[in-house]
Amino acid sequence: MSADGHSTYTPNTAFERWLDARLPLPRLMYDSFVSYPVPRNLNYTYTFGGILMIMLVAQLITGIVLAMHYTAHSDMAFASVEHIMRDVNYGWLLRYMHAVGGSMFFVAVYIHIFRGLYYGSYKEPREVLWILGVIIFLLMMATSFMGYVLPRGQMSFWGATVITNLFSAIPLVGEAVVTWLWGGYSVDNPTLNRFYSLHYLLPFMIFGVVILHVWALHVTGQTNPTGVSVKSKQDTVPFTPYATVKDTFALILFLIVFAYFVFYHPNYLGHPDNYTQADPLKTPPHIVPEWYFLPYYAILRAVPSKLGGVIAMFGSIAVLFILPWLDTSKVRSAVYRPLYKQFFWVLVIVCILLGWLGSKPPEGGYVIAARICTAYYFFHFLVLLPLLGWFETPTPRPASITEAVLGKAEKGGSVTQPAGAAASPETKA
Amino acid sequence: MPVALPMVSDHKAITGRMVFAEPAQRLVGDVRGQALTDSTANHASGGEHTRRDFLYIATGAFGAVGAAAVAWPFIDQMNPDASARALASVDVDISSIAEGQSIKVKWRGKPVFIRYRTQEEMDEAKSVPLAELKDPDARNANLPADAPATDENRTVEGREQWIIMVGVCTHFGCIPLGQQGDFGGWFCPCHGSHYDTAGRIRKGPAPENLAIPEFSFLDDNTIRIG
Repeated sequence: MSADGHSTYTPNTAFERWLDARLPLPRLMYDSFVSYPVPRNLNYTYTFGGILMIMLVAQLITGIVLAMHYTAHSDMAFASVEHIMRDVNYGWLLRYMHAVGGSMFFVAVYIHIFRGLYYGSYKEPREVLWILGVIIFLLMMATSFMGYVLPRGQMSFWGATVITNLFSAIPLVGEAVVTWLWGGYSVDNPTLNRFYSLHYLLPFMIFGVVILHVWALHVTGQTNPTGVSVKSKQDTVPFTPYATVKDTFALILFLIVFAYFVFYHPNYLGHPDNYTQADPLKTPPHIVPEWYFLPYYAILRAVPSKLGGVIAMFGSIAVLFILPWLDTSKVRSAVYRPLYKQFFWVLVIVCILLGWLGSKPPEGGYVIAARICTAYYFFHFLVLLPLLGWFETPTPRPASITEAVLGKAEKGGSVTQPAGAAASPETKA
Repeated sequence: MPVALPMVSDHKAITGRMVFAEPAQRLVGDVRGQALTDSTANHASGGEHTRRDFLYIATGAFGAVGAAAVAWPFIDQMNPDASARALASVDVDISSIAEGQSIKVKWRGKPVFIRYRTQEEMDEAKSVPLAELKDPDARNANLPADAPATDENRTVEGREQWIIMVGVCTHFGCIPLGQQGDFGGWFCPCHGSHYDTAGRIRKGPAPENLAIPEFSFLDDNTIRIG
């Protein structure tokens, strides 16, 4: 899977040679995570792929042990979550790690996605890599939604009611689809059970698509902040130790933030109403989804028609699938795109604004602001990006990654490794 | 085995005839390859349909029907089960509800609003011209689907003071709050839909009037819903 297509793995022991001839798994791992060449100029925004991988594993492990104590029944689910919190040894910790972990997962994925938008990671030849990423994102959204339903608090119940009712907007068969999703005439025990089953299944599907995502990445190689393709061996450094250590350092910083929330503000990112048991006869005065869904919720409510709102909400993700063909600019990185760079930050602000508006009641000025932001969101992808490629004059790009890092003067000089790095760091005194 | 190898190494096609036609040329002398050549060479060069084509299509079609038949139980198991379907109707005693009061009862896991309307509310509902209504249909399960959304069609003749509706917002399924909103009827706090005193959508994102379930008066004091 290495980008230059040939393997540098050499089996050292008789067993390694024996295995290499039968199942070259060590070779695959070595070529993918040790000798794999990465651009030498990757910055810290490029560490979130690795962080996401760790977060997925963390959610799987905490989730599997929580499942050992949870009861998926509409009458018992709420109590079983309290049982985890009070009775199970370290149950409070495991549950908070899982709940906060879901939020941190989305923090990381949003940084990862906006990194891709900024550096043009979706452009030729990485379209498939990008689309696989959007599929992972959709699976993540489905997984976290179903997970949020499981504690059977008020927000769980009413969130599930509102989101499943999205499908009732489908003409003709909508009501039948919703009844089918519920397994009844409202969100009830059958709904809880199937969501539990799927909440357990989907992370493994995510894991599968992640493998494809990494495979596609290792075929095309990473982008880098210059957007200039790797041209020679001196543009790259081996994954281990350079990327491994950088990713690990970023992961530690990320885990500090994670731990801060787990130990000091475990409920800050949740909603207090979810500590009230679900009541099918009483809607809380103000229903909001988890923070990471708020921008989509704002888009849903901005459109004054039911079907239109649902189409706009799903459309806001759907545009990401065709993004590689909407952006007509041949220049990848926003660093060399003076106009796109500014519009990128406008989009970031609009997305944050949409998130804030999604947390507000749907009335008065909030609705008007949400409509303006929604319109801008689609304008950015459907109008601005196709036009910018024609009207924007990019600034000069460096001839190579090495030139961008070391400057023109040193081009072709003897410095072929990052400053201060030894050729064999493991032997450095 | 030599018969299988060309299928892998040959880039031309893995479909139907070419697979058989190509290796046959290379496998002169091979008894099995020769046999394949004899039976497939004529239809590989010509375009006419053969019995073999029919067998392929028939087998494929049979397999597709079989797969669909196996898939159906896996899809249908998610539909409401017999125990959910059995909870079809409830009887409600309404004798204790005074004018201007409402109750909520649970039917099929959903709330049903039963309201004894005031004279003022009924007058208001009757005075609305149909052209002003966002949803012109009565949405009354006891009437034909195309019945207009007049106040008469939302109630039972002779008992117009009673309005009985599924208390689920037709937008995304929240429960509207009674006697609130711009029209004095119901207001959904989730996304801001306003319903009037006959439960008809007047303002906001909900597309339909609040649904009226199948129900009947068993006597003056008892309603059977469902």
